[in-house]
Amino acid sequence: MCGIAGIIHKQGATADIGAQMTAMLQSMKHRGPDSTGYALFGPSADQIVIRFTLGDGHDGRGFGMHQRVERDRAEVESRLAKIGATVDRIEGDTDYAYRAVVDYDGDLKPLADYLEDVKGCEVLSIGHSLEIIKDLGDAETVADQYHLAGFDGTHAIGHVRMATESDVDISGAHPYWAYPFNDVAVVHNGQLTNYFLWKRRLERSGHRFQSECDSEIIAVYLAQKMADGLPLADAMHESLDELDGVFTYMCVTADALGVAKDEMAAKPLVLYEADDLVAMASEEVAIRAVIDHEIDTSDPYERQVLVFDR
Amino acid sequence: MPGESGITYDARGLAEPDADVPKISDIDDTCATFDAADLTTRQINLELRWLLYENGITDVTVRNPGAKHSIGVGILQRCRIRFEGSLGYFGCGLIDGPEIVIDGRVGWSVCENMMSGVVEIRKNAGSLTGAALRGGDIVVHGAVGARTGIDQKGGTILVLGDAGMNNAFMMQRGRQIYCGDVGPGLGDSMYDGAIYVAGKVTSLGVDCVEGEVVDVDHELLERKFSIYDLGSPPTFRKFVCGRALWNYDNLEPNERKLVL
Repeated sequence: MCGIAGIIHKQGATADIGAQMTAMLQSMKHRGPDSTGYALFGPSADQIVIRFTLGDGHDGRGFGMHQRVERDRAEVESRLAKIGATVDRIEGDTDYAYRAVVDYDGDLKPLADYLEDVKGCEVLSIGHSLEIIKDLGDAETVADQYHLAGFDGTHAIGHVRMATESDVDISGAHPYWAYPFNDVAVVHNGQLTNYFLWKRRLERSGHRFQSECDSEIIAVYLAQKMADGLPLADAMHESLDELDGVFTYMCVTADALGVAKDEMAAKPLVLYEADDLVAMASEEVAIRAVIDHEIDTSDPYERQVLVFDR
Repeated sequence: MPGESGITYDARGLAEPDADVPKISDIDDTCATFDAADLTTRQINLELRWLLYENGITDVTVRNPGAKHSIGVGILQRCRIRFEGSLGYFGCGLIDGPEIVIDGRVGWSVCENMMSGVVEIRKNAGSLTGAALRGGDIVVHGAVGARTGIDQKGGTILVLGDAGMNNAFMMQRGRQIYCGDVGPGLGDSMYDGAIYVAGKVTSLGVDCVEGEVVDVDHELLERKFSIYDLGSPPTFRKFVCGRALWNYDNLEPNERKLVL
């Protein structure tokens, strides 16, 4: 089933999007208790934030796990230095998920590939303002684990997952980062039926996919279109014809939050639009979790693409 | 409810096996009001049943339903209920008799399989409004989503705003009245019944054709508009089943062999 949520504050305003997204996702726990993920946009910085994991953390915690992770972490750090990134700091909220802040102005693809070449390393996101946090459990569990309350930012999307297409693990959890493009992420509710076709096409142009999840292609698909020069809204319009299946997905970039519904209007979305913010989710309860007064909401129709700027 | 406490353990923590009737309503003769903000779905429904079935209340106001799902379902007697706020999915399903006003929006599948009564929705409604409706009236003051009245078998759905796609899909009886524009695939594979549209029709579905609006139709539309105090009805077009897909009298070849 899965539940998705998005919120964007307009006119450059910021808010505690960590707490807001947690409230939205927790209210939709019944749509998917397997894993929860966040894509949060903090203030844009010159430095790059890399979120990565070393091993799943939920399996293979055998003998020597701690030493192995410590060795891999040191390896990542030395590889960052070798590729020309100056490491400002690396912090770990858990013993398998890390956040590195680096100075780096090169191409992101070799950087991501070089890091993921370390056994067990998966890059969850790279961006000047994007940070993707995902783990098993409900929203409050993940938010507590990663200290997300107090994360100030402009916009965010999130996802609660009921796994249907692939395993219950971190790499199967949403949101997906649009490897290797900075500051693009996607959450998706639905199924894509021409997933393998697009996966092969995109792999031929050099992209890698870290999961077996159909939703991952949407992020890369859109980012590729944007890299080719299309605005987000146009890329999303093209996806309505080129992606088969049922979907409501949300895509975030550094400046905007977009949402698209398939041609059968098969997956739910409730939209609330105000002067200062736009909130949307699979269920209205999620919007009401962050808005304390009576509101008017609506259901977008089939083939609708909406893009909101921050 | 007695006999409903079979579940004692729920690993995902989503069900409420042991909910008790909260009994928090302000009761005044046959009227009652309660605030649902801090109640769970099950508690709200238990409170409603307790009021309607055990206390002879005929008029209930529910404040702050908070877009929770499955509120006000399965109520099988005549009464008045007013929800001051939005409902989530599957609101007021399986009802037989109540007159309900929802002062807010409703999510998907409101009034699913409703048998009789009236449900008036003051704002927008989601998809699948009145799915498998058997009888009674649903009035939506705002817009509705897709697949309104899918598999409708009776009753009337009146929408004052616009509507999404595939409305009246496989409709079998009853009426749908749309004052706004409707999306593509209107009346796809409908068996019978009538659809009235005052706005634009994006496209008709398979075997749905335009019919002639006759006196009976005018009488119906005027009656429904006057009941709900909506002024005089605009000009409607009528769409019905083209009967090209009707094959009721045709036997399959092997069935024909059996008959002979």
